[in-house]
Amino acid sequence: MVKYKLENIDLWYRDFQALKNVSMDIKANQITAYIGPSGCGKSTLIKSMNRMNDLIEGCRITGKFLLDGEDIYGNIDVNLLRKKVGMVFQKPNPFPMSIYDNIAFGPRTHGIKSRYKLDYIVEKALQDAAIWDETKDRLKKSALSLSGGQQQRLCIARALAVEPDVLLMDEPTSALDPISTAKIEDLMSELRKKYTVVIVTHNMQQATRISDYTAFFLLGEMVEFGNTEKIFSMPKDKRTEDYITGRFG
Amino acid sequence: MKSILTFAKRKKPGDWARFLLVWAAGLITVAVLLYLVGFIMLKGIPHIKPSLFAFTYTPENQSLFPALVTTVLMVGLTLVISVPFGVFTAIYLVEYASRGSRLVRIIQTTTETLAGIPSIVYGLFGYIFFCDRLGWGKSILAGCFTLAIMVLPLIIRTTEESLKSIPDAYREGSFGLGAGRLRTVFRVILPSATPGIFAGVILSVGRIVGETAALLYTIGSVIKIPESLFSQGRTLALHVFSLANDGLYTNQAYATAVVLLAVVFAINLLAARIERKFINKL
Amino acid sequence: MRYKFEEQLHELNNKIIEMGALTEHSISNAVEALLTQNTDLAAAVGDDERESDKKEREIETLCYDMLLRQQPVARDLRKISAALKMVTDMERIADQAEDIAEITKHLAGNKFIKQPEDITRMATATKKMLKESIDSFVNRDLGLAMTVLEHDDVVDELFMTIRSDLITLVHENPENGEQALDLLMVAKYLERIGDHASNIAEWVIFMITGEHKNANYNDMHE
Repeated sequence: MVKYKLENIDLWYRDFQALKNVSMDIKANQITAYIGPSGCGKSTLIKSMNRMNDLIEGCRITGKFLLDGEDIYGNIDVNLLRKKVGMVFQKPNPFPMSIYDNIAFGPRTHGIKSRYKLDYIVEKALQDAAIWDETKDRLKKSALSLSGGQQQRLCIARALAVEPDVLLMDEPTSALDPISTAKIEDLMSELRKKYTVVIVTHNMQQATRISDYTAFFLLGEMVEFGNTEKIFSMPKDKRTEDYITGRFG
Repeated sequence: MKSILTFAKRKKPGDWARFLLVWAAGLITVAVLLYLVGFIMLKGIPHIKPSLFAFTYTPENQSLFPALVTTVLMVGLTLVISVPFGVFTAIYLVEYASRGSRLVRIIQTTTETLAGIPSIVYGLFGYIFFCDRLGWGKSILAGCFTLAIMVLPLIIRTTEESLKSIPDAYREGSFGLGAGRLRTVFRVILPSATPGIFAGVILSVGRIVGETAALLYTIGSVIKIPESLFSQGRTLALHVFSLANDGLYTNQAYATAVVLLAVVFAINLLAARIERKFINKL
Repeated sequence: MRYKFEEQLHELNNKIIEMGALTEHSISNAVEALLTQNTDLAAAVGDDERESDKKEREIETLCYDMLLRQQPVARDLRKISAALKMVTDMERIADQAEDIAEITKHLAGNKFIKQPEDITRMATATKKMLKESIDSFVNRDLGLAMTVLEHDDVVDELFMTIRSDLITLVHENPENGEQALDLLMVAKYLERIGDHASNIAEWVIFMITGEHKNANYNDMHE
């Protein structure tokens, strides 16, 4: 089932065209990885998928982003969109408040006040992000007291707490050590059971390990998109092959 | 045999001179401060008597108590006026206005200019505008508004800086969860920026307590615990100035100066404590 | 970019060529020894077999090293996996050449019941298949690899011919039976060599196209 359909996306930062006619179908409950060299537009694309690029001045978009058939750049509530399409960033960014308040921030934003409900949501989100055991005795402690890897899982939990459909991850492990990375990768294969996941990664081994589909971007163009196994064993485009085999440029 | 470490340890000829210069500069600063404080203490402490803290000022007993009360009142009132204005201006500049827009530049230039104006000019302006034009007369209220305008640039600047120092990652994180700008600013950004804002407030308190020129023409010289916002009054600093100026009560002036120093010191101590509490909470 | 890796891939090519040449040499010697009933030469085939074991291990080590250190994907991954499978087939060919040499020792001193010209023809055909499959690997030549597969049919036909000839000979004179069995074994070994050469060609085709010759395999995976 197609969860998120991108149709002929063009994106400009003032005069610079960062994305050129990108179209793709993102399937529900699958992990889709975006790979490509720095500046290829993959981060730009993932940010525009929950309109985080609204914050950037001079950013102009044409084409359609259809989430469950609805154009997210149409007449919609951006805050509700971001509730539906959560995001995890490159660097763990827990708020400087307690672990509990971090997780409860999203639900509270969307109007949940009952302590009982919040307790339930916080526990569930932390469990889903596989960090409950490490945090259950210190929920009132500052989130900044956690290690980098724990902070990132906390951020994933925080995103899960608003019950999104789609989870966007922009290089979520690039700042983490191998063990934390492995934990998050394990977590991702669990997450795909409930969520549709899109991940930007610089690490091609990571894309191979975790993703079902891979899209390769170069200079704002989506060069190739398909089954991850196919892309990494038998890419169709010479540019994809050169990039993934490390003979780029 | 000489190791690499031995070579590294060898000093250049200039090092010694530089070291001395830096050391001397530090020493001189501390020495001047100690001398100043010591001088005032020596001159003032012997004249501190319980009668100085009498409820009313009489020509026979130059009590500083009314001035002390006025000072505290003025600090409170000035902050009530200037902090919301300053903080909200800074929030607008950093969080709402598009960065580098013309309006932002105008506001920034204006505040910078305000910061550079001598305080006596504020005093004259306050006199003309608040006392005369608005017809408030010389009053606590006029004084507070004058001081509020004076410390506004300081509060705006420090708040701006502390808002800017909050990583964009927090904003992204909050927006990414579907929080609007208002919620992001008040629930995520402001709590993190509080220590910085607080530092600005403390600096402002220092300026308010120590200010004389801006108040000379705006709050009058009646030495009484103020009864209303339109009463005249005298702050401690102004009191010291007047006593010293009269030439009749030099000893009392020194004693009052000691109390003023103690007040400033106490405020700094308190501020440091509150700030630490905030930081620990984060 | 990736100079060390490129160098290793180049080394892999060279080692495959060397091992291919060695294996080809083994087939030639084994058949030559058979025809001339030269037991010394047959013994040399045994030495070649041990040499080819050594080469196989060298190539495997090189491939594992690249898998470990370079994490190859796409083209490189297919080449290295193909090489790993190919060396096994080449090593089997060397084994079979040695088996032929063993039979030669056994046959030495006996008059041939029939001049084994079909065996010579089979040997020539299998050597050609082996050479071409190795060439197709080195040059990434899909057409050549396909030719090898077609060639295998020729070898299979020759085997059937030899088989029926031998049956006739045994019918004529049961005394021929013992030698006929030996010669049939030789022909069978050569036919197996042809199969291994075909396997090599199939791996070359996988390396180039990413598809296994056996299409069912892909259907299962889709």
